[in-house]
Amino acid sequence: MTALLDVRDLTVRFALPKPSFFAERPHLEAVRQVSFTLEAGHALGIVGESGSGKTTTAMAAIRLTRAAGGQVLFEGQDLLDLDDEQMRQRRRDVQLIFQDPYSSLNPRARVVDIVREPMDLMEIGTPEERLERVRELFALVGLRPDQLNLFPHQFSGGQRQRISIARALTTNPKLLVCDEPVSALDVAIQAQILNLLAELKEKLGLSYLFISHDLGVVRHVCDDVAVMYLGKIVESGPVQALFEAPQHPYTQALLAAAPSLARRKSKGYVRPLKVSGDPPSPINPPPGCAFADRCPKAQDVCRQTPPVLQPVAGTQAACHFPGPADV
Amino acid sequence: MTDQPISAPKEPQSVTPSRLRRALDSDFYYAFRHSPVAMVSAAVSILLILSAVFAPLIATTNPFDPTTLNLMNGFTPPMTPNAFTGETFLMGTDDQGRDVFSTILYGMRISLFVGFAAVLFAVVLGIFLGLLAGYFGGWTDSVIMRAADVQLTFPSILVAMLIFGIAKGITPVEHRDQMAIWVLILAIGLSDWVQFARVVRGATLVEKNKDYVSAARLIGRRPSAIMIRHILPNILSPVLVIATISLALAIIAEATLSFLGVGAPPTQPSLGTLIRIGQGYLFSGEWWILFFPACTLLALALSVNMLGDWLRDVLNPRLK
Repeated sequence: MTALLDVRDLTVRFALPKPSFFAERPHLEAVRQVSFTLEAGHALGIVGESGSGKTTTAMAAIRLTRAAGGQVLFEGQDLLDLDDEQMRQRRRDVQLIFQDPYSSLNPRARVVDIVREPMDLMEIGTPEERLERVRELFALVGLRPDQLNLFPHQFSGGQRQRISIARALTTNPKLLVCDEPVSALDVAIQAQILNLLAELKEKLGLSYLFISHDLGVVRHVCDDVAVMYLGKIVESGPVQALFEAPQHPYTQALLAAAPSLARRKSKGYVRPLKVSGDPPSPINPPPGCAFADRCPKAQDVCRQTPPVLQPVAGTQAACHFPGPADV
Repeated sequence: MTDQPISAPKEPQSVTPSRLRRALDSDFYYAFRHSPVAMVSAAVSILLILSAVFAPLIATTNPFDPTTLNLMNGFTPPMTPNAFTGETFLMGTDDQGRDVFSTILYGMRISLFVGFAAVLFAVVLGIFLGLLAGYFGGWTDSVIMRAADVQLTFPSILVAMLIFGIAKGITPVEHRDQMAIWVLILAIGLSDWVQFARVVRGATLVEKNKDYVSAARLIGRRPSAIMIRHILPNILSPVLVIATISLALAIIAEATLSFLGVGAPPTQPSLGTLIRIGQGYLFSGEWWILFFPACTLLALALSVNMLGDWLRDVLNPRLK
């Protein structure tokens, strides 16, 4: 089976202000040679802390942010090579659900116009057919037809996210990029939206590229996970394997940091790995492993040679000393 | 208790009430009803604008038609019968026997037309350049905003006089009087676009980073369509506020230019022209030729300006 999305060595650089007029312009590498594949019908989660480059990776993959290098093969075609017009045509296959439902809908447009805009633009069908399709999509995402003519501010956050999903589905995309689709919502609403996404994946055969910092959400929705740290993937693999037996110390620390009712201090639970401090600056990344300064297992080799992603017991980890966490 | 289940769906309410109903229910209308200043200034503005629009119906004579003029009526004081013809004029007459009341009505037409047209021109130009500068940024932004900065270093009345002088030099003598109005509009509009461009640019910079703009890019909208269909509707309220205030300023600028003798010609007198004509007679006792046009200009500029001020307060979300 050929992969729907195959990202190879994707790199994103942001220009920084020049320190002086004659100095060379410094750059920040937000995403450094990231590679991953997404099978059709699967959901790939990208997790990581704030600033790890997970959103930037997704935005560069769908060309909302300019990539500095690498390839993004979508059904075998490199999206980064397409000219603007070809990319405009290809956009219907790749859609995005935004993080913030309050800024992703034009406040001056009626929701019916927001959802039908992609069809108007691509001149699909007659105006009546487009309206019919909007009604269909509204029913699909769980909105009432009598809400069609309202404005976005008349909806709650969860409903707005449903509108956003309806808009993304208008063009029958193959890949849906979800950029933290539930992090701005209440927990009760999060479950509704996640169930809706899971249902749509079954019903429409969608593939998701799912960005989140919430491990529970990713575990619920995704088939595969990639963990990012300072612009690089440090571990990736199937959800089951990665959550049950993480091999990279950072993944282990991340999982241990997530609050859980099953492991409680009152029941004698002690966190196996305590990681303190902050990630190093991406302007001047360390020569070796980016996690070395915070890693309990770090040796001299970690500070000098960057580890590469290689298969270890069920997952792939970029670590010189992979292995289960020793408690 | 009825045996209806609690979760029974409500009757679908009428989702879109009539436009009038919505307008009467809006915060905007509420604020309007509770501000005496807004109501008075709106009433005065509307009264003056309507009387200018319907000038031919209201005015007793057409001051531009020489056949209606009688030189014997010259310098008739207000509400006093003329010594020779016995006619009475509400606001008196000027040196040529023109009814001051009628000339004010017709003069207001020209003042308002020049004001509205100049602001419209400035708004269109300012929005266009402001959107370009804000959306594309970089080089485009630098060129447009530096041009705006340079323009701001000259007083706007000087810019207007410069344009007026150039236009006068290149138009043939026989067309000058017709051209004068259009040159006025161009001159005032060109000296006024900068503030619109600045506001639009600033608002565009804020809006273009919002996700709905990315969503529009994502479905393949072209930059021109994004700017006009998505960004423009969201930045119009500050533009509207400045446009109202600049309408008052444009009317005053027009009056100033006409007063200085570089604006509307005596054959098509605006309020400023009337004031210029009138001030020559102020010290010889014929005060009404100056007084009534000046009062009208004051009332017009003041009411429009206060309306603009009120609009700015209401539409500014930070003051709510």
